[in-house]
Amino acid sequence: MLDKRMTPAEIVGELRDGMTLGIGGWGPRRKPMALVREILRSDLKDLTIAAYGGADVGMLCAAGKVKKLVFAFVSLDAIPLEPWFRKAREAGQIEVLEVDEGMFQWGLKAAAFGLPFLPTRVGLGTDLAELGDLKTVQSPYEGGETLIAMPALKLDAALLHVNRSDWRGNVQLFGADVYYDEWFAKAAAKTYVSCEELVDKMEDHYPEQAQANVFERCFVSGVVEIAGGAHPSSMPPLYGPDMKAFKAYADSAREPGNWAKVSDRFVGADEASYLASIGGKEAVMQTPLAIY
Amino acid sequence: MVTLAELCIVACSEAFRGNGEVIATGVGPVPRLAASLAKLTHSPELMMTDGEAYLVEDPVPLGPRGYDDRKAAGHLPFSRFFDSAVWTGRRHAMVTPTQIDRFGQINLSQLGGTHKHPKTQMLGVRGFPGNTIYHPNSFFFPAHGPRVFVEGEVDMVSGVGYNPAKRIAGGNYTGVDLRLIVTNLCVMDFGGRGNAVRVVSLHPGVTFDEVQAATGFALEKGELAETAMPTDEQLAIINRLDPHNIRGSVIKDNPPAKRSAA
Repeated sequence: MLDKRMTPAEIVGELRDGMTLGIGGWGPRRKPMALVREILRSDLKDLTIAAYGGADVGMLCAAGKVKKLVFAFVSLDAIPLEPWFRKAREAGQIEVLEVDEGMFQWGLKAAAFGLPFLPTRVGLGTDLAELGDLKTVQSPYEGGETLIAMPALKLDAALLHVNRSDWRGNVQLFGADVYYDEWFAKAAAKTYVSCEELVDKMEDHYPEQAQANVFERCFVSGVVEIAGGAHPSSMPPLYGPDMKAFKAYADSAREPGNWAKVSDRFVGADEASYLASIGGKEAVMQTPLAIY
Repeated sequence: MVTLAELCIVACSEAFRGNGEVIATGVGPVPRLAASLAKLTHSPELMMTDGEAYLVEDPVPLGPRGYDDRKAAGHLPFSRFFDSAVWTGRRHAMVTPTQIDRFGQINLSQLGGTHKHPKTQMLGVRGFPGNTIYHPNSFFFPAHGPRVFVEGEVDMVSGVGYNPAKRIAGGNYTGVDLRLIVTNLCVMDFGGRGNAVRVVSLHPGVTFDEVQAATGFALEKGELAETAMPTDEQLAIINRLDPHNIRGSVIKDNPPAKRSAA
């Protein structure tokens, strides 16, 4: 069987300048932040990022990695407005394709199925079509309804953080909501997952939880174990969002100077020193789940 | 003393009356308490989530609580939200956009500048485009003023309104259904000529002229009533659902419902 284990550096080594990357999770929830930090430590640039955005988007924008962003929102929940994303936007620094949350997943589904677009009513009557240069199509059936053609969001690579995987890429996802990770995986040419727990053969360890296999291993190209790898975002049911860390990150956007001045605190020279700086993975595991 | 926030919660809860088995989503303390109050009083058939992913039959209180205190009766994660709630029209959302105009067009995305270079970036359109073309929507504004109720049109049309000029020909707009607007001054609906915004009730001590002066566009005048005061039963439920009095921080200075009592 194919052994898909990689190091974070090997995963980022597969990425190229100018690529379109999808990042799973939702706002400050279930983000592959350790892999995002690895990108922040790299020379990658001119990326197009597609995400239900949180600090992943904020940090990549702040670091100047983003050429274009495909988004419906960027938010840290309890801190509604993502300050580093705002800074980048208000500096006119990035190109954007702004879409509705539902259109976004529709675009991922179009890409997953190899379609150029999927039709939807969503976007009609708003500024989205004009600003995003979205085209319309007419139904060939009775009624001839005009619909927005949501273009496929084809991803060169997707980055996801999951609860478990084995070395063949049999993943298991838990928690109250797994958002659209399945569709990021299927929309991407290559999907790289970090996981809280890596086992050798899933069937030998957790066969009774096979229903948590939200997407199949043919959609997984690389796997790496990074316990606490979603920090500071949440990873239910293991740990919640680290709001203290998010607040420090948000406050730092108001300090004089740019991202380079503060990035050490939020990225670190490597993942081990980052984890050590926040009290180790034990501290991450103790962060309570969010109450909404 | 009954507060204006509590009066608004009761007024907002009326938006959810008789909606049937739909997801009642209230975003923010007042709309959320309103949806919960509606479910616990006149409209038990409403459905709602714990704010995360589980459907609950007993609405969860606001603020800190035990994570597992909510008892899940069902499951409605974001991963199925468009399939199950939004794109099937089985939802009524009450939200607080940054701007709204005379057409009911709303903005949550950006203010000023251009799309490439906005003066102020906010959240993004979120789910507003889909919500507004597929299911009923209502609004709550804690600070009624001309910066919210703008002259002309909103800076970025994030939600569909009743603006004929904005409607691409041939599209199906039958799902557009804007219901109630509740503010710290009054209750309005879209029952005017051509879906114009119309004042239907004034909170105690508020005049129509005051509401008009705080609005950037001309309002129609309905059969003006005084907004109903909460009953003791409603207040008891609100208290139980908001044990930390988060509602007290929604409207500036947390004024009483009746101005004369100030």
